[in-house]
Amino acid sequence: MATPFSRRFSAKRRRLLGGMTMVALLSTCGAISSLAAAPAEANTIRAVMHSGLRVLDPITTTAHITRDHGYMIWDTLLGMDDKFQPQPQMADWAVSDDGMTYTFTLRDGLTWHDGGQVTAKDVVASFKRWAARDGGGQMLMDHVASVEATDPATMTLTLSSPFAYVLELMAKPSSVPLFVMPERIASKSPDETLTVEDQIGSGPFKFVADEYDPGNRVVYEKFEDYVPRDEAASWTAGGKVVNVDRVEWINMSDAQTALNALNSGEIDFLENPSTDLLPVLQANPELTIDKINELGNQTIGRFNFLYPPFDNPEIRRAALLAMNQTDVLASLIGNPEFYTPCDSMYGCQTPLATDAGAPDSLATGGGTEAAKKMLADAGYDGTPIVMMQPTDAPTVSPQPVIAAQLLRQAGFTVDLQPMDWQTLVTRRASQQPPSEGGWNMFFTNWYIPEVWNPLVNPMLNGRGKDGGWFGWPDDAELESMRNEFAKATSDEDRKAIAERIQQHAFEQVTYLPLGEYSVPAAWNNDLSGILHSPVPVFWNITKSE
Amino acid sequence: MFSYCLRRTLAAVPVMVVVALFVFLLLRLSPGDPAAIIAGDMATPAQLDRIRETLGLNQPIYLQFFHWAGELLRGDFGTSLMSNLPVTQLMAQRLEPTVSLALLSIVLSVVVAVPMGVIAAWKHGSLIDNAVMSVSVLGFSVPVFVIGYLLIKVFAIDLGWLPVQGFKRISEAGFGPFIRHAILPALMLSTIYIALIARMTRASMLDVLGEDFVRTAHAKGASETRVLFKHALRNAGVPILEVIGTGFALMITGVVVTESVFNIPGLGRLTVDAILSRDYPVIQGLILVTSGVYVLINLAIDLSYALLDPRIRYQ
Repeated sequence: MATPFSRRFSAKRRRLLGGMTMVALLSTCGAISSLAAAPAEANTIRAVMHSGLRVLDPITTTAHITRDHGYMIWDTLLGMDDKFQPQPQMADWAVSDDGMTYTFTLRDGLTWHDGGQVTAKDVVASFKRWAARDGGGQMLMDHVASVEATDPATMTLTLSSPFAYVLELMAKPSSVPLFVMPERIASKSPDETLTVEDQIGSGPFKFVADEYDPGNRVVYEKFEDYVPRDEAASWTAGGKVVNVDRVEWINMSDAQTALNALNSGEIDFLENPSTDLLPVLQANPELTIDKINELGNQTIGRFNFLYPPFDNPEIRRAALLAMNQTDVLASLIGNPEFYTPCDSMYGCQTPLATDAGAPDSLATGGGTEAAKKMLADAGYDGTPIVMMQPTDAPTVSPQPVIAAQLLRQAGFTVDLQPMDWQTLVTRRASQQPPSEGGWNMFFTNWYIPEVWNPLVNPMLNGRGKDGGWFGWPDDAELESMRNEFAKATSDEDRKAIAERIQQHAFEQVTYLPLGEYSVPAAWNNDLSGILHSPVPVFWNITKSE
Repeated sequence: MFSYCLRRTLAAVPVMVVVALFVFLLLRLSPGDPAAIIAGDMATPAQLDRIRETLGLNQPIYLQFFHWAGELLRGDFGTSLMSNLPVTQLMAQRLEPTVSLALLSIVLSVVVAVPMGVIAAWKHGSLIDNAVMSVSVLGFSVPVFVIGYLLIKVFAIDLGWLPVQGFKRISEAGFGPFIRHAILPALMLSTIYIALIARMTRASMLDVLGEDFVRTAHAKGASETRVLFKHALRNAGVPILEVIGTGFALMITGVVVTESVFNIPGLGRLTVDAILSRDYPVIQGLILVTSGVYVLINLAIDLSYALLDPRIRYQ
């Protein structure tokens, strides 16, 4: 039965209202579509990096995103090229005949973003702050008698005892590079993080403080007064020629959102696309997919040497025999195109690469039976292994699951404890017994430049509870060989010592190297000149109109 | 009325004090160490100790609390441990995206859901009623991120009408760019509230439509529109208003998924980032502010009851 309302709302009025609604809808759609995605500005690169920038001090933190930020605004005293060789960047150098004195001379035209010349005093302060924080720098300082500004453009470093790895450490690209900061900023304690106001460098880009939104967006502008070197750019060495006006790093926590944004042209560069989404990007002819960091990453497992059962080297060896890099990598990365089993603790594409000491079973498995026997011989009493598993970090989440299963197959009892990554980071610093909030085993990943020689590789530090890295092996023999390595001057000697160190590290099972992976980046074809480098850099890139 | 407002406002003070105390203690008792997060993978225990000392994290918890409470009384929420920026500045940066998105979503929800609920009640048992209820069940059942990705697929990727992500502030870019970036997130966010408000409106209207005064209004010859929207809806308004108010408060604090899917730099993402990095001052500030928002919205709802229903005023 028709109601009074429906009778009054006549067919004519309904048609009129319907028509008006359609007109309104169409005009809204029209208005919206006319505002359709504005193309990214020609001279601005919009990039989504592997995480958001939150800490602004590349000396205090070893977070890779902060290191990458450092390369944007601060220049380095030396650079490293793709032949793994230190090269002049801000300064050239000379070494005395006895190898005990290094003289660094600043090149002309180095100015700070807020005006003023870069001087040797700035370099000295920056060197001291870096050396107080960086593991390699601390080792170098054990051999340094003095470091001083001998004139406005010259820093002189005098050694107290022979140390041949000075230039390599000062030129290393990760994880704590020797960035040069103004003296007033570099004089801060390395335990006190830099502020927004401290983001003054002499590098190729300027930090735009007004547009900084921590964890979300950071903006850089070309530093017009930067004078690049004449040599061609190679890794962090050579001319840092900036061809764009502006670079914006936008953080996108959702992998699918970042992929959509790249596909639709709203961003130009995606540093770390999820491997399972790569086929979608590869299907887009307007995108380039390529590995920038060809050296890749090493994934590792680490024991706690302080408590049973891994205070027993026999049991650590049994765990090593139980491992299978291929299983771990397949679970972590999936596509074999992007991972490689590797027996070298220094990375398989580095000058020191070696398979010395690695068991045959490490790459593809097959050592389970031998591991069982070794475990029984070692008298393993079934003490549960507290293995920490981060559940919120996809790049470190699968390794513990696979390793736990491999260890169980060999006869270990594993207590796999899920937690978030930040809890793991806190708990791994605990030297308490596993039953009292400590741990037995965890996993992490390293950029290859962070492990590529015995001095920078933190897992090869044998200084124990007070000076060592988490797990704290106390290994005087290892330390002695590292010192020997630091004094070796020829490549042959270094290689031979590195082999001995690795042999020893596998015998003691200082850690479990579980293979390498390298995930490509993706970018719009409008970008050209992207450098292959262990760290992502934004000089040399051109964006077409 | 004034004393009613004053009493309700004063009652919020002990609530905020308890919230502040709980938040502070819970954070200190939960695992996590900002110093370890700042220092990164290479840090040694000695370095971690030094950073903790610099940040004041080595002090006894009660001293840390008094220090923070003292700053709060001066209106200072402290400084972020990660970025070294004032917490108020961080919250101010993220406030506009969240509030504008929540406002747009709640307007969208009310404009769509209230007529839906009224019509469903008016046509009770009809095809329209069933359709409205089906849409409502769908709105409840489908996860919001699925709706978000579907909206992106259709309107941003296939049709290319709208951007796939991002946010433009009205204060900087104007209304056009704002609406272009905010309309899909608002649709995603409002789905569940449309379902909720439509159901609540329908149920309240069904209660009221059977009342004597509605029959009287019809008998007096009032139009159907007037009966439905002036007499019935106003009397059914109190529970609807409560759902809308609570929904708005939930939107302010529960937009994390929407902000992630559409990459909107709002308070939700700031909260998640702060929790993941154990940035204590930021977490504490955010929880205090969102608690304050809840208290204020509840106060506003209570006051609006009194406006809608004079009986409440006289109690």
